[in-house]
Amino acid sequence: MISTPLPLSIAPVEQSPGYWSGVLRRFAKDRVAMFAGAVVLILVILALFGPWLTPADPYQSSMLKRLRPIGTDGFPLGTDELGRDMLSRLMVGARLSLFMGITPVICAFAIGATLGILAGFVGGWVNSIIMRTIDVFYAFPSVLLAIALSGALGAGIGNALLSLTLVFVPPICRVAESVTSQIRSRDFVEAARASGANAFAIIRVHVLGNVLGPIFVYSTSLIAVSMILASGLSFLGLGVKPPEPEWGLMLNTLRTAIYTQPWVAALPGLMIFITSMSFNMLSDGLRSAMDVKQ
Amino acid sequence: MSPASSATSAVTIENLRVTFAGGAAPVRAVNNVSLRVTRGETVALIGESGSGKSVTLRSLLRLHPAKKTQMSGQIEVGGRDVMAMNASELAAFRGRVASMIFQEPLLALDPVYSVGDQIIESIQRHMKVSRSEAHARALKLFEQVRIPSPERRLAAYPHEMSGGMRQRVMIALALACEPELLLADEPTTALDATVQIQILLLLRELQSRLGLSIIFVTHDIGAAVEVADRIAVMYAGEIVEEADVRTLMRAPRHPYTQALLQSRAHGSLAKGTRLATIGGAPPDLANLPPGCAFAPRCVHVEPACREGSIAIAALGPTHQARCRRTHEIVWQHTAAAKA
Repeated sequence: MISTPLPLSIAPVEQSPGYWSGVLRRFAKDRVAMFAGAVVLILVILALFGPWLTPADPYQSSMLKRLRPIGTDGFPLGTDELGRDMLSRLMVGARLSLFMGITPVICAFAIGATLGILAGFVGGWVNSIIMRTIDVFYAFPSVLLAIALSGALGAGIGNALLSLTLVFVPPICRVAESVTSQIRSRDFVEAARASGANAFAIIRVHVLGNVLGPIFVYSTSLIAVSMILASGLSFLGLGVKPPEPEWGLMLNTLRTAIYTQPWVAALPGLMIFITSMSFNMLSDGLRSAMDVKQ
Repeated sequence: MSPASSATSAVTIENLRVTFAGGAAPVRAVNNVSLRVTRGETVALIGESGSGKSVTLRSLLRLHPAKKTQMSGQIEVGGRDVMAMNASELAAFRGRVASMIFQEPLLALDPVYSVGDQIIESIQRHMKVSRSEAHARALKLFEQVRIPSPERRLAAYPHEMSGGMRQRVMIALALACEPELLLADEPTTALDATVQIQILLLLRELQSRLGLSIIFVTHDIGAAVEVADRIAVMYAGEIVEEADVRTLMRAPRHPYTQALLQSRAHGSLAKGTRLATIGGAPPDLANLPPGCAFAPRCVHVEPACREGSIAIAALGPTHQARCRRTHEIVWQHTAAAKA
């Protein structure tokens, strides 16, 4: 009687959903994350097609129309200190700002994740060398490090990207290392070894499969920080050069108008705020959607 | 497909010693263990925690970290010298010739892949087959381990399955590449009592159908009796008694085995009856006393037990015990129950 197989009714009737469709389903239920995702989508569309969508030429200045308030006829969001249309500049600015926000994180993700996974998996002296070097970078406040590196390398977009990448490698590497060393001691890694997987196969299948998700989520949260830092660099004159529209730089040049047109001057800051909040909420939503409990 | 070229002996372990050198003092986890398993035989290693049974099992796949472990002795599985294998030979050996079932299937399965993907991955690691062939084989394995609606279950993730189903998946995974030897490390400890017996019966059925040799580690004598042909009792890294199941249960000759059997609940005990216990604790493996390791807890101990090494005494064609006084100690069930 005992040896009869389990009754078939125990099996669930519905098709078991895959991991990613489950993530998508949970993400779709999360209203805040969906809203943040929509905002990010709009920003990405602006970044890609902004120059073709603007109502006016973002570079066209006019000494007569300087610092118009919000709601002026023809300039819905006013004009900046050189009389350029703020709405157009903000739309076009999305491209550079997002580029400055995302590119360093992608580069740092590639470098940091590789170093971290290597350190976490190999352990021993390899871990010590990589992680202690990372700790040295970690000791500096990120803003200061970005400014110092940019200052040393010289102004310009390329150098700003390079210094921001270097700023984000240590935290990503740390997360990658800690997640990897946790995974390495899990039973399924030993089970894989017991079934004949070599180190390469274990990294490719079990480590990457379990580690990339958390690192990816963490990295999306860094995009907001990167945007703010990039804006800061531009503000200090170390990033994007005028007359290119970039939100940080616009905030910098408009600060002289803070007493005459405070609302217009605050607009680039508002954009930075909205964008970084959206990325933060998006990564929060991703994190909870990807969290498989049990 | 399984190579049947080797002789009747599937596993031969000779004088295996395993010492872990990581900590302050080296821990002698396995001391001079010799064990033979013939083809198609199921041998259970029983003993309490820290008796070296799992370490012996893992040694067969050389799973211990090489840097911190000293191993000596000989291990042969299916005529292959395991101790002499290099890394790539080991990778080809593990899972293909000998594979392992773990205690806690939820932890031993990767949470981010479906169970089908994990089995297919394992099949393709050792066999040169296409993905669809591997899928077909995985499906067949699921039918073999009696998983209901196997096609659907292949797409499920470990956390979506019950404990018993997961352990069936684990067994299917272990059988994926038609191994000759199955190593089971407490495969039923993490399961409910009703599911335990199903898994044990499944193991026995697979063993007779596929002609597997099984080494089964457990601390549950009942489980060992259920599946094993032969039982080896381990204490402090040594095999203290080895016999076929019937002999061991009816006439155990080592005081430790006798004490183990006494400490079980057998028959119908009156309410309030206390179970017999073994006084004291197992010895510190980093600091083993000379002589018999069980001497400090043994009721039959005499001064000579604490000196020198104790030889194995052959008590029959399939029965041996590592005790000086086997000829004097006779198992008296009634007397033991009173004690």
